[in-house]
Amino acid sequence: MPPLAPNDPSRPTVSSPSSSGGGSPPPSPELLLKAGPFLRKGVTTPRLMVDVILGLGPVVLAAIYFFGLSAILIILAATAGAAFTEFILPPGGQPRGRSLKDGSAVLTGILMGLCLPPAIPMWMAFLGGAAGIGLGKLAFGGLGQNLFNPALVGRAFLQAAFPQAITTWSSQGTVAEFSTIRPSNFALPFMQPPPPVDTITTATPLGMFKFEGQAESLNNLLVGNTAGSLGETCAILILICGLILAIRRTFDWRIPLSILATVGIFSLILWLLNGERFATPLHMLTSGGLLFGAVYMATDPVTSPIAPRGTIVFGIGIGLLVVLIRNWGGLPEGVMYAILLMNAATPLIERVGQPRAFGRTEGGKAVAS
Amino acid sequence: MTTTAVTSGGVVIQPASFRHGIHPDEHKERTEHLEVERLPFVSSYILPLSQHLGAPCRAVVTAGQSVTRGQMIAEPGGFVSPTLHSPVAGRVANVGSHRHPNGSMVQAIEIKADPFDDQTIHGPAGSTLKDWYDLSTDDFIARVQQSGLVGMGGAAFPTHVKYKLPDGKRCERLVINGCECEPYLTCDHRLMVEQPDAVVQGACMVATKLNADQVVIGVELNKLDAIVALEEACDRYRDQATQAGRPIAFDLAVMPLKVKYPQGAEKMLIKALFGEEVPAGKLPLDLNIVVNNVGSMAAISDYFLRSQPVIERLLTVSGSGVIRPANLLVPIGTPVREVLQHCGLRTDTRQVIMGGPMMGQPLASLDVPVLKGTSGLLAFTEREVVHSSEYACVRCGRCLEACGNFLNPSRLARLARVGRLDELNGVHIMDCVECGACTFTCPSGIPIVHLIRAAKSAIRARQAKERRNETKK
Repeated sequence: MPPLAPNDPSRPTVSSPSSSGGGSPPPSPELLLKAGPFLRKGVTTPRLMVDVILGLGPVVLAAIYFFGLSAILIILAATAGAAFTEFILPPGGQPRGRSLKDGSAVLTGILMGLCLPPAIPMWMAFLGGAAGIGLGKLAFGGLGQNLFNPALVGRAFLQAAFPQAITTWSSQGTVAEFSTIRPSNFALPFMQPPPPVDTITTATPLGMFKFEGQAESLNNLLVGNTAGSLGETCAILILICGLILAIRRTFDWRIPLSILATVGIFSLILWLLNGERFATPLHMLTSGGLLFGAVYMATDPVTSPIAPRGTIVFGIGIGLLVVLIRNWGGLPEGVMYAILLMNAATPLIERVGQPRAFGRTEGGKAVAS
Repeated sequence: MTTTAVTSGGVVIQPASFRHGIHPDEHKERTEHLEVERLPFVSSYILPLSQHLGAPCRAVVTAGQSVTRGQMIAEPGGFVSPTLHSPVAGRVANVGSHRHPNGSMVQAIEIKADPFDDQTIHGPAGSTLKDWYDLSTDDFIARVQQSGLVGMGGAAFPTHVKYKLPDGKRCERLVINGCECEPYLTCDHRLMVEQPDAVVQGACMVATKLNADQVVIGVELNKLDAIVALEEACDRYRDQATQAGRPIAFDLAVMPLKVKYPQGAEKMLIKALFGEEVPAGKLPLDLNIVVNNVGSMAAISDYFLRSQPVIERLLTVSGSGVIRPANLLVPIGTPVREVLQHCGLRTDTRQVIMGGPMMGQPLASLDVPVLKGTSGLLAFTEREVVHSSEYACVRCGRCLEACGNFLNPSRLARLARVGRLDELNGVHIMDCVECGACTFTCPSGIPIVHLIRAAKSAIRARQAKERRNETKK
């Protein structure tokens, strides 16, 4: 082979460096000395946040379609509360406003808004966003440090502080009433919201089932034609958006899958045991905040286990807790508390859920050869 | 990645691979079809005495002395140390301190080329080199050490050391690594396409001398022409060996592999080929496997058939800062500046990397030499330079699914940043091969592998100190 032949007759001759070059002058650039690798995938954390926000877009539109302008007002108020808090209380001595750029505060605000009832006063939504970011995230040291899902911390805060407002479910406006804004949205801080005279209060499908034994029709549950929090009603849409996000690997598909599988199997067993007392698995899966929580809340990477095995344990735990709370707890809905409890268990799950290292046994010893 | 199955002898087989890993953009298209060219000689060469893992060489020449091309200029400084030869006929200008590509100052021999010499190679044993087939295994190993060979894949571990098998171990399986999984690099690819016979010849020499049962050449599917060329070369070698009355006593096969990084890491390659895991902290020899790079095999063939020691190597010059990218045959010791200028270095180059983009090192100065382990030189303009801003770790888990060693890089980085060395040992930091897959995939731009590297060297330093203290007692 010519290039390597050692004693080739056409052996190279010595040439001076000036004649060997390509004509470009020797550069004396200030060469960058950064650590490698010198290639990156190009997916960034803010980009992931934007992906989830875009994945929430159809859900937000559905909320506006079903609940009118109230939905916009509440989502905006919650987002403003979250972003404002992130801005005025920068974590870890960072310059003010920098941590807003990662997009996580805005995402928390939108999620927070979507799990509120449509008639809640805007100031409460704002306060919920602020409490979620402040108590749920910044108090722990900012993004990546928090133990609990900030949006759910905000909602739990509101549930504790304003139990009546957060469980007052107004029915959906019709399309003709799209521009109707629920007057209670404009209630002043720390005043009781005026009773919702012009909107009819009703119960959520889960409440109906729990307290009156009436099951909502599956069609309504799938399409979203029911009472409930802004973002949780349309099952079909959440499933489609979740599927797209999972395929794009924006979040770990194992989490929603293991939650839904657990709820499905557990409630199927209960329903087979006693079809009168327990709801059908499909009713369980499509009602309340289960789908919204499984797709958008439980998948928060910060507050869920990092290792694939751990995420499955986490999902199964949430599924079991949801079924337990819904069937035997005092509240009709249990998704929020199920996720928050499993958030608390996450560090524990991490201890057992680590992958088996290459060339090692499960116990971490080198495998015998 | 588009090819999921290949046919071999009419049978559709699923290409093998390891689990986890990443799929970076290959960037090989600029050079993978370019034939190897020889870099013209330049006026001076710098040969560091330590361009390999192990003890530095000892210089056996002094300033002012004339040397021939291929003459030994430094002897091994121990068993884990190769020989060093002059890449050019000329005069030793200096034996002294010179800048190493890693930034430190090291002892090096500087040789000025003689413009009037005909640059004939004078191999160390010259024409008296015996037929390799008649050498005893120990002689063979000694000659490999004399050839100056170190792992040409980049790690630069003296090759002969791998052949010195400890008692109770044997080389049942010889794995030849033709993965070249680093993006941009194509010199191994070109070697396999242009000189498949040298690769196969070298591999069979080693397999014969080590009494191997099996030789497997692992090549990724993005190099189909190399797979075909090697298979043909294997057939040719079998025929020749039989005709020469030395039929080969081992299986010889080329194994196509899925394209994935870091498949060229030897433990990943073994997993891909045989489905076996090398125990943590152990070498492939623990499974009676020896792994060599294709470039090393060609060098062995060159030494035993043509008495050419390791005085030059193939490398890929590429990147947006290079006007005419190339696969070059470069004498060891050529200054990087000369190589880049030959290929036309753009003046707006911002970053120069020695090696591949995943595991290579950035150069602070172009006045450092090409080493035996240099597989590429990449020049990046602003367009290609990575400027990642760092965000908090959101525990997304992408690094876990990138890590071929099934470590938890997120946790390793977190602990490394605060220097918790004991805990790091508990999460197997020393198993990390620093392939950089975690850092490539991290959306938060955390320099994970850099943090791990620093912690590993802190752990090694602490262990060395403890050992010193113990010997004092």
